[in-house]
Amino acid sequence: MTLLADTSFVEATWILIVKSIVIFAVIFAIVPMLTVLERKLLGRFQARYGPNRVGPLGLLQPLADAVKLITKEHYRPTNAIAGLYYIAPAIVVFTGVATLAIIPFGNVQEGFGLYGIDVPIGILYFFAFGSIAFYGLLLGGWASGSKYSFLGAMRAAAQLISYEISMGLALLGAIMMAGSLSLVSIVEAQNQIWYIIPQFVGFLIFLVAGFAETNRAPFDLPEADAELVAGYGTEYGGMRYGSYALAEYIEMFVISAIAVTFFLGGWHGPGPGFLDPIWVVVKIFAFLFLFMWVRATLPRVRYDQLMSLGWKVLLPLATLNVLVTAILVTVT
Amino acid sequence: MSQEFPYLKDESVVAVQRGPEPGGVGGAYRAFGETLRGLKTTFARIIEGPVTIQYPEEKTPVYPRFRGRHKLHRFEDTGLEKCVGCSLCAAACPADCIRVVAAENDPDDRVSAGERYAEVYEINLARCIFCGYCEVACPFDAITMGHEYEIADYNREDLVFTKEMLLAEPVERTPLRREGE
Repeated sequence: MTLLADTSFVEATWILIVKSIVIFAVIFAIVPMLTVLERKLLGRFQARYGPNRVGPLGLLQPLADAVKLITKEHYRPTNAIAGLYYIAPAIVVFTGVATLAIIPFGNVQEGFGLYGIDVPIGILYFFAFGSIAFYGLLLGGWASGSKYSFLGAMRAAAQLISYEISMGLALLGAIMMAGSLSLVSIVEAQNQIWYIIPQFVGFLIFLVAGFAETNRAPFDLPEADAELVAGYGTEYGGMRYGSYALAEYIEMFVISAIAVTFFLGGWHGPGPGFLDPIWVVVKIFAFLFLFMWVRATLPRVRYDQLMSLGWKVLLPLATLNVLVTAILVTVT
Repeated sequence: MSQEFPYLKDESVVAVQRGPEPGGVGGAYRAFGETLRGLKTTFARIIEGPVTIQYPEEKTPVYPRFRGRHKLHRFEDTGLEKCVGCSLCAAACPADCIRVVAAENDPDDRVSAGERYAEVYEINLARCIFCGYCEVACPFDAITMGHEYEIADYNREDLVFTKEMLLAEPVERTPLRREGE
């Protein structure tokens, strides 16, 4: 098995264009589902119903939300830096959707790969775009010209540096076991055993870091609606604010998909080949359920607690995990 | 202990049981366990199901002694009004929201069973505090508190209920709590 993905399998340009359109269509169809699912689940977790007024069972709620957000006035504070203020929400959405391109929903079937693109550098692409996504928060918070936004942006920066290394190291164990950076090869390497069993520590670290990456409870410090109004999003309104929410859900989906790819065996599951994408989606939704479950359960950690967790617990643990994995991989 | 707090008697100092400090292996283990416990707690809410009462569709049943909107009563056999216009309810009313104007009964065309009857009987429900004193004061049980609580309206004038409105059989919009419910 090669370290980088096999580059001899090249698809026609028109296929790639169709794929990118499909990815956009799918994610913009999934995000409204996720919002209504989250609100309904949060309701159930709190012994109430959640939205059930708009449409049958409240399923048209996201439509109502979207119409409300889109029809709002485009507003810019006087202190804001216009260009950056406008472009920051676009950055987060763009990086979220771009990362989705590398998620494999199935292997190559009949000359057609069920993924956007099998990038040779694989997971590095994910890390690159994951870090750029934080520029969206940073620039948005800084360019708003408000103190709350600025504090949120600073927290986003501090959060980024405290967990991103641990996240990379957590995935490194799985990468070493598979011997490849390509996500397709990593899933193929899991046909014997899902990496959640040999890499359980790595899985836990990735999970905690993933919650921090998506800026969701209990690590929603950049937003911190109780202390910072809405953090980096304080000065945003209308669909620009909606873009941040959209990006949060896309990132949630991406992190779940990466976790499924690396630790839950991707498309592997019982049944014939055409069930592969269904397995991936089922596993992803199990993860999304976990995300919402944790949000309904855990209170926000303090700022210094996040830092000490990232640097004092996750980083040594991840390093240890990588060392042990490296030794075991070399020996066997 | 006694060196630290010389002003306290030894028996009044209670050692507080604390878990391990945050950080370190003990703290991490404890945090992990507590996290799982929290997840269990919230998941139990899903299994229990919502406790919400979806108000306009579902209503909380009221107790039989619930004090809702007033009703005026007639005798079931003769159909005459029980109210004789004595104004005791108006006198008892702490919010002063009842207005009674009494008139003599015409012996050929009786309105009430007594000597007099209420020509005007108005309750201003915008003022009423639903204390039930009128019910207690009434010597003929002519006025009682009903179970109706959906009285909101758009105009204050519409909240002044006249005798005809109070005598009319109200639409039962409020479920009554059954025995043992």
